[in-house]
Amino acid sequence: MTDAGAIKGQEKDEMPLMVPEAAGFHTATDEEGRSCVTLTGNWTLRGIGARGDELSYALKPYTQSHANVAWDCRDVQALDNVGALILWRLHGFDRPRDIKARPEHSALLHRWSERQTPPYTKIKQARSLNQALLAMEQGLISHAHDFTTLLGQIVLDIVLLARRPADIPWREISATIYHVGVRALGITAIVGALVGVVMSYLSALELQAFGAQSYIVNILGLSILRELGPLLAAILVAGRSGSAMAAELGVMRLTEELDALSAMGVSRTVRLILPKLVALGIGLPLLVIWTDAIALIGGMITAHMELGISIPSFIHGIPSAVPVINLILGIAKGMVFGVVIALIACHFGLRIKPNTQSLGLETTNAVVTAITAVIFVDAVFAIAFRGLGLP
Amino acid sequence: MADAIVEISHVYTSFGPQAIHEDIDLRIDKGEILGLVGGSGSGKTTLVREMIGLDQPTSGTVTLFGERLDQIEPDRLARLRQRCGVLFQGGALFSALTVYENIAFPLREYRALDRRLINDLVYMKLAAVGLDADVARRLPAELSGGMTKRVALARALALEPELLFLDEPTSGLDPVTAQAFVHHLKNLHRELGFTAVVITHDLDLMHDLCTSLAILADRRIVALGKPAKVAHDSHPYVVAMFSGERGLRVFGGLAS
Repeated sequence: MTDAGAIKGQEKDEMPLMVPEAAGFHTATDEEGRSCVTLTGNWTLRGIGARGDELSYALKPYTQSHANVAWDCRDVQALDNVGALILWRLHGFDRPRDIKARPEHSALLHRWSERQTPPYTKIKQARSLNQALLAMEQGLISHAHDFTTLLGQIVLDIVLLARRPADIPWREISATIYHVGVRALGITAIVGALVGVVMSYLSALELQAFGAQSYIVNILGLSILRELGPLLAAILVAGRSGSAMAAELGVMRLTEELDALSAMGVSRTVRLILPKLVALGIGLPLLVIWTDAIALIGGMITAHMELGISIPSFIHGIPSAVPVINLILGIAKGMVFGVVIALIACHFGLRIKPNTQSLGLETTNAVVTAITAVIFVDAVFAIAFRGLGLP
Repeated sequence: MADAIVEISHVYTSFGPQAIHEDIDLRIDKGEILGLVGGSGSGKTTLVREMIGLDQPTSGTVTLFGERLDQIEPDRLARLRQRCGVLFQGGALFSALTVYENIAFPLREYRALDRRLINDLVYMKLAAVGLDADVARRLPAELSGGMTKRVALARALALEPELLFLDEPTSGLDPVTAQAFVHHLKNLHRELGFTAVVITHDLDLMHDLCTSLAILADRRIVALGKPAKVAHDSHPYVVAMFSGERGLRVFGGLAS
């Protein structure tokens, strides 16, 4: 019999490799009236394919009474774990009394008979409202805790650096200013110019109706210098640099670079976070001035074309129409926005856990939170300084 | 004569001006465990990537399961790859999925198995690589190096592969774990009868697991054959490798 098996094995080897013969079976009744089930083909993942249920259903009647059925697996060309599992599940994980199998298959079949697998369970269970609220509370507490730790560490580092100015990471600060500031000049210019044009064009239509064309200077100057310039620059930088900063810290966590820094005795706040804070604190006000200028130029050209206000008279009109405190307020807002964006990006960046899902989630959170915080801080400024610089 | 699972003929590979492979011929037969050995940067991983069709050789042909990879249609290649399991060097487990989901992933993608069957298979694979069932709920970040390798092996074995690629399966493991890992692989090979290509620097692994060795040096395969025979090759790299103190300790018994 073993010889026959060996010959069968030879034949199998010569079959084309790509198409394994499908799993199947045939039944017969021997002289004693017993059923004999002979399994054929490849009882493997690929041999069974999607026909697992079909085969199980067809074989089910023969598993009812073990005594009357003889199982013959010797003609099976190949058997793997999937085939063995389907057979064993059929028998309720109970070894049939009369089963013949080739020795190499016996071991595989035997393994399943003693295996205990935990039942299939859904991993995620529905949470009750109570649990959801509790999780939210814990989330808030952990955010508050992390953020306070970050702030405290930064204050400690500033004190340390004040005592040892040689340790101030100038190179990192300069490089970060280049990345967040210089490289954002193009996009802020495009957006600023377009918003200036739109503002000027829409106001021009309304002002013409009242014959108050010269007030375009007041409207554009005040809204752009005080509100739109800082806000546009901040939102663009939050989207651009906020995500980059969070992702950078996250990938450094993923690749254990954060730990490597700590192991070398280099403070990650001094080397990674402080430069971002300082760079955005310096870079964003500069970007605000740039955005203001471009937006005003855009508005000015549109005003010239729509209302016929000459460019020199527009430029000369601005200082008298808009108190200079509005420009200072706008720049100050830029500085605060910059620090807020950097803090939030670093906070979420440091919360990234070493897996890809967390990286995406926290980077998104960083950007969304940074933009929301910028608008929130802007509202606070608007209320706090309502008596300043307005006509 | 057994079937050739992988056949590489006259393969040349170069990245820009830098030549990696020059005229490589290699044939891997069914049931064989081929150890692919060579110095760092000798193109072992590239050769394996060419065998799965992840990279294309500059010239020459690679034949996998009798099909030429340079002339194959994408869906056919995908089906061929389902018959291969790959254990990447770093494990390459999906970091956002639990161990259970990592192993279940290829089984689910196969789209022929129901959930209860997948469940049983996942726990069976875990047990087969010597891990407890409670590891299943952990995330890859919470595993030790040895556990990561085992989970990666379980995932590579998920679809009952006929051909298994192992990229440095024992690197970064302590000697005890490495030995146990080789033992597991050997048992699995006996039971499942797969063919394997193992990239390794581990002399013990070459000695205990591999049925043949291919030594890659100077952009060519300089020695090929049974480990005992290859260990006595006269190429300088082979001599340096197997006649060093460690080489003699592992392969010395073969010489006498």
